Amino acid sequence: MANGSKRSAVLEQRKKEQALFDVQKHRKDFPLLTQKVYGKPLVYLDNAATTQKPQSVIDTINQYYSKENANIHRGIHYLSQQATDAYDDARVAIQKFLNAKGSGEIIFVRGATEGINLVAQSYGRTFLKTGDEIIITAMEHHSNIVPWQILCEQIGAKLRIAPMNNAGELLLGEYEKLLSKKTKFVSVSHISNALGTINPVKQLIKMAHNVGALVLIDGAQSAPHIPVDVQELDCDFFVFSGHKIFGPTGIGVLYGKNELLEKMPPYQGGGDMISSVTFEKTTYNKLPFKFEAGTPHISGVIGLGTAINYVSKIGLEKIAAYEHKLLIYATEALSEIKGLRIIGTAKEKASIVSFVLEDIHAHDIGTILDQAGIAIRAGHHCAMPIMERFNIPATARASFAFYNTREEIDRLVEGIHNVLEVFK
Amino acid sequence: MVSSELRELYQELILEHSKKPRNFHVLEHANHSAEGFNPLCGDKFKLYLEIKDDRIQDIGFQGSGCAISKASASMMTASVKGKTVQEAEELFNEFHKMLSGEASAKANQTKLGKLSVFSGVSEFPVRVKCATLVWHTLHAGMEANGKTVCTE
Repeated sequence: MANGSKRSAVLEQRKKEQALFDVQKHRKDFPLLTQKVYGKPLVYLDNAATTQKPQSVIDTINQYYSKENANIHRGIHYLSQQATDAYDDARVAIQKFLNAKGSGEIIFVRGATEGINLVAQSYGRTFLKTGDEIIITAMEHHSNIVPWQILCEQIGAKLRIAPMNNAGELLLGEYEKLLSKKTKFVSVSHISNALGTINPVKQLIKMAHNVGALVLIDGAQSAPHIPVDVQELDCDFFVFSGHKIFGPTGIGVLYGKNELLEKMPPYQGGGDMISSVTFEKTTYNKLPFKFEAGTPHISGVIGLGTAINYVSKIGLEKIAAYEHKLLIYATEALSEIKGLRIIGTAKEKASIVSFVLEDIHAHDIGTILDQAGIAIRAGHHCAMPIMERFNIPATARASFAFYNTREEIDRLVEGIHNVLEVFK
Repeated sequence: MVSSELRELYQELILEHSKKPRNFHVLEHANHSAEGFNPLCGDKFKLYLEIKDDRIQDIGFQGSGCAISKASASMMTASVKGKTVQEAEELFNEFHKMLSGEASAKANQTKLGKLSVFSGVSEFPVRVKCATLVWHTLHAGMEANGKTVCTE
């Protein structure tokens, strides 16, 4: 009797939640999610690595190649005009999505990685000099470490690392101590891909600006999961990748403040980034084209535009709220498993759960879960210094998107019990 | 429920070796060594060899990795100790053939003995590297003549 009323209370609660966020309705937009793996329904929990694509994005790319394919900004024919319009519309959609002041501040790149490299090489190499300092954090992805190491080597600047505590939270006091007149640049992830920590970037930016340093925010993990307003953050640069926000691979975005982009030299030379060329002198094109040499990834840009419109229609606030519920549910369910330890327990966290299980290697966990149709990531998550910080070789990581369900988390838990049984 | 493919991969002998690896120590008198590293999954082993008159007199290893890589390291050291460099290379060759599914089960059993317990790995292509990592390290170590090399 007591059980029955408890169950109906749970069902009632679920109904209410469904009215707020109908996950089953959204799941139908993703054809890949309906497939089976080894005869079992796929449970895709590797969204921090890449996300699946809604039908609208797939259709857009199909439509582009079936009916609209032409080069942009050069043809005077009908198709070229169509393609150019679609390309420009995508830029405006992204400008609105990030709340940038102007569409000239939105530069298309291959992904977050290329965005960071562009800033390091174009801004860093021009405006930083020997003895200057660049600050990153202990929880960066390799893509926000290596470009700065390359720059430091080229110009003789110094890379400083802001440490974190055992929960995976940045130590603000230590960060403050690192900031000085020498600090010229700070590059920090909005959300850690390996730990899920949401960094207090608005505060970090303000503190950096107080000493006159510029700030780049690596939004690869944040843009798909929480609302981002670059003007409100007051970041100088912001990068994200298309494929992590339900768009195509090979396309990403660099946002930069107009006055900074204006004074930065081109990253690559070629067609489309020039106004006029003679053998004596070349005049560069205006923003954003100055940074987009060569024929761009047109289908990628248009596909990304569709993806951005898709998530905007659902709403990032709603997505963040739903994913937070998933995070809490997963954290509670996984914590109950004996021998499982969650790595990354920051108070402010996105829907990423990294864990270790007894002394079972993440790779073995990954293989056994895979056999049950559950896709997770196992390894160092391109963040080897984080693994070193926690003195572990690797973690298993489940990362959620808004199309994941509690039932899928139950399958994950069941799968982990299976792992324990194999290693009993 | 644990599937039969998984039982085939994680056999008792493999689990036992991964939990209690043999020759799991630094070799003070080693005259050859090599490091094996798989940057994809973080498996990292250091192998120590004492080679005299072209024969592996003693062998030891240290490091961390998944159950497959650790068990493979343990069983490899046990099986090549006392063998000539040439014999060890031949064993590696047979081991490799088994994992790429080129040899019959019977041939594996005859030529590889206990090592044939790893035949189930061939059903898991992404895990073949785990099983062969330490063999590649052995190969490098025997060739490197005292130098430390890094293999992938």
